[in-house]
Amino acid sequence: MISMNKVSKHYGTFQVLAECTTQVQKGEVIVVCGPSGSGKSTLIKCVNGLEPFQSGEIIVNGISVGDPRTNLSKLRSTVGMVFQNFELFPHMSIIDNLCIAQLKVLGRTREQARDKGCRLLDRVGLGAQAEKYPGQLSGGQQQRVAIARALAMDPICMLFDEPTSALDPEMVNEVLDVMTELAQEGMTMMCVTHEMGFARRVANRVIFMDQGRIVEDDSKEAFFEHARSERAQQFLAKILHH
Amino acid sequence: MHEFDWSSIPGSLPFLWQGMKVSLEITISAVVFGIVWGTLLALMRLSAIGPLAWLAAGYVNLFRAVPLVMVLLWFFLIVPHLLESLFDLPRGADVRLISAITGFALFEAAYYSEIIRAGIQSVPKGQMAAASALGMTYAQAMRLVVLPQAFRNMVPLLLTQGIILFQDTSLVYVSALADFFGAAYKVGDRDGRLVEMLLFAGAIYFVLCLGASRIVRHYQNKLKTA
Ligand SMILES: Nc1ncnc2c1ncn2[C@@H]1O[C@H](COP(=O)(O)OP(=O)(O)O)[C@@H](O)[C@H]1O
Ligand SMILES: [Mg+2]
Repeated sequence: MISMNKVSKHYGTFQVLAECTTQVQKGEVIVVCGPSGSGKSTLIKCVNGLEPFQSGEIIVNGISVGDPRTNLSKLRSTVGMVFQNFELFPHMSIIDNLCIAQLKVLGRTREQARDKGCRLLDRVGLGAQAEKYPGQLSGGQQQRVAIARALAMDPICMLFDEPTSALDPEMVNEVLDVMTELAQEGMTMMCVTHEMGFARRVANRVIFMDQGRIVEDDSKEAFFEHARSERAQQFLAKILHH
Repeated sequence: MHEFDWSSIPGSLPFLWQGMKVSLEITISAVVFGIVWGTLLALMRLSAIGPLAWLAAGYVNLFRAVPLVMVLLWFFLIVPHLLESLFDLPRGADVRLISAITGFALFEAAYYSEIIRAGIQSVPKGQMAAASALGMTYAQAMRLVVLPQAFRNMVPLLLTQGIILFQDTSLVYVSALADFFGAAYKVGDRDGRLVEMLLFAGAIYFVLCLGASRIVRHYQNKLKTA
């Protein structure tokens, strides 16, 4: 579904990504973790072309992201993305947030879009909030709306960039529950997150990044039992014991 | 001591109203055209296409570096010739209003574009990213997501600029066009009551502009609490 081959990116002389190579199969859930600044967000944003990269190749569902002839907008409409800061559109009601891209990008009718939007809001437990505005919702609710907004496009896979790290602790679980359910339904997911409980529950593989490199890329069992690199061991020790 | 005599005001109200209509017409057309052209300039300036950004920056810097009254005079002198050569106008047709509106609009667009550029930049980058991630093109993301938020934040500044523009319309006296100020001046000059008429005109400008800026302030507070 997603394949990355020796993807490198740099700002001037600063190397953000160094020859990152990995594969995500259909239905797999990959958790990406690593210290702050290690390039996790950059990596995941390269997958849908939000960040350009200088060398290497990324193929999503058979389409090359780096190819200048690729219609990036069209590709992105098939890949859902959820951001750390939700990024709901504050000037639109919740239901309009869910409908706008269905209408303008997919060309669905207003009825189809609303129908789909309402069903997804129900599914994330927010059916009653359709006519409210993002500012009237809690962080956890906003992030669930953001997930529903991405799902409304019927994506073939979902990218999550630290979806719970801007949330108050008591709201983390409501978002993780939605993500867990999604994973169990067989959605292909690539999640940047430090929620190791989530990783243990649903991940197939864990990728550990450090200084722009993919240092570990292993099954979750192998990663949690005996991470090979010292950096990953240190990281795990820090994150699990606090 | 000068004895005030306000008697020429009542009879000249219809004439003054004609002048006010000219002032408002110039203001509204220049605001509308200035915002449209200013938005295009701002988008050009923020675009990744070098020559477009460079061209817009040059335009904005040029118009911000010359006095308004000079721009008006240029257009007063140039536009009639231009129109005559283009459209074969009847001799002596009055194109002063059109040249005034053109001058104001092109001049104000430079100021509007800077307000709008700041407004676009005030919208968090993540909004553009989220819109793009949903498959919107750059143009769709701008039109549907970024610009509506930018304009909502900018309304007070845009209106304030409109109030300044309304005051500045009095500069059309260089083309002897009878806007509100020009009309008041003519009446005062005719009746030998210049001081009274200018005081009266000043009071009207004061009331209108103060009222308008109060409304802007009210809106601004509402935005803040929203
Ligand atoms: N526009 C940019 N210019 C220069 N450096 C950047 C830019 N964006 C990100 N970086 C750098 O790239 C590195 C990786 O960033 P990021 O992918 O956001 O890391 P993470 O998500 O793992 O915290 C960081 O060191 C960051 O400072
Ligand atoms: Mg990050």
